[in-house]
Amino acid sequence: MNEFLFNSWTFGIVISIVSYQFGIFLKKKYKSPLLNPLLVSITCVILFLVAFDVDYESYYNGAKYLGYLLTPATICLAIPLYEQLDLLKKHLKAILLGVSAGVLASLSSVYLLALLFHFSHEQYVTFLPKSITTAIGISISEELGGFVTVSVVAIIITGILGNIAAEKICSICRIQEPVAKGLAIGTSSHAIGTVKAMEMGKVEGAMSSLTIAMAGIFTVFIVTFFSDLL
Amino acid sequence: MKILEQFSILFAITFFAEVIKHLLPFPIPASIYGMLLLFSVLCLGWVKLGNIQKAGGFFIEIMPIMFIPAAVGLLVSFQQLEAMFIPAVITVIVTTFVVSAVTGIVTQWVIRYERRREK
Repeated sequence: MNEFLFNSWTFGIVISIVSYQFGIFLKKKYKSPLLNPLLVSITCVILFLVAFDVDYESYYNGAKYLGYLLTPATICLAIPLYEQLDLLKKHLKAILLGVSAGVLASLSSVYLLALLFHFSHEQYVTFLPKSITTAIGISISEELGGFVTVSVVAIIITGILGNIAAEKICSICRIQEPVAKGLAIGTSSHAIGTVKAMEMGKVEGAMSSLTIAMAGIFTVFIVTFFSDLL
Repeated sequence: MKILEQFSILFAITFFAEVIKHLLPFPIPASIYGMLLLFSVLCLGWVKLGNIQKAGGFFIEIMPIMFIPAAVGLLVSFQQLEAMFIPAVITVIVTTFVVSAVTGIVTQWVIRYERRREK
């Protein structure tokens, strides 16, 4: 069975897409924030693979092609951003300050928690890039000597968490400006959070898209300073 | 514009972005260079919004499913996290909350400060 599934490149794609549609169906039916389509689909695929004893490799052999589309898709996030060009110009100062503050908050909160939990240097640098987009995060973790696979796990979980909780966090902190909401989601939870921001509105989506590039690049520039701290 | 032409433009930009990534030494992925590239050509008017909007909208719409394969990979790489499971979970939750809150509050404060000054 595994051998057949391994050779079938459509298996991984079909199960991913069908699970996602199941997630959307559940969300429409029950309207609970915990029934996040992305979370539901990931859980369904994992349960399916475990239940039928299918290797991750057999699944990934086909599903990887979905991942390949991530580069052109991320590039396309420039489109909503361009559509909000006037807003970007108008709030440039607020955007620059907000995202810089967010990146600093990310790196310093990881630093403080690392002190609290007595992380080793390797563990510490593993978590430093956790709020930025996976591709940049991997390179940073690698360069600083972190555990790259753990960084990937942390980045993805952060993204999913942001996707689920960001709206709630914004309402708790009384963040009402759409520009501020979008930046808050994108800076904390990169592209996976941006998926949620897109649902919230055009402005939120565009601003969140912007931070994928901005927070990533800012982090590249200042992360070495933080990695020397511990 | 025909849908095939829209996809050609987007994939060509993706390819150029990969070339830029190959030539520059920074740890920045092709997707970020591509985003800057597409944004620039739109601003310069070399590519019109209508020339890529349909294909671009398609990519963005199906973007969530592209994260599923990597996330299912947690199934295999989870063991490496086990040793520091609880600190890791707390770190992820706390920082996600802190970063959202700080970014949002600072941005909102600056926007409202400027708005008050305009009046």
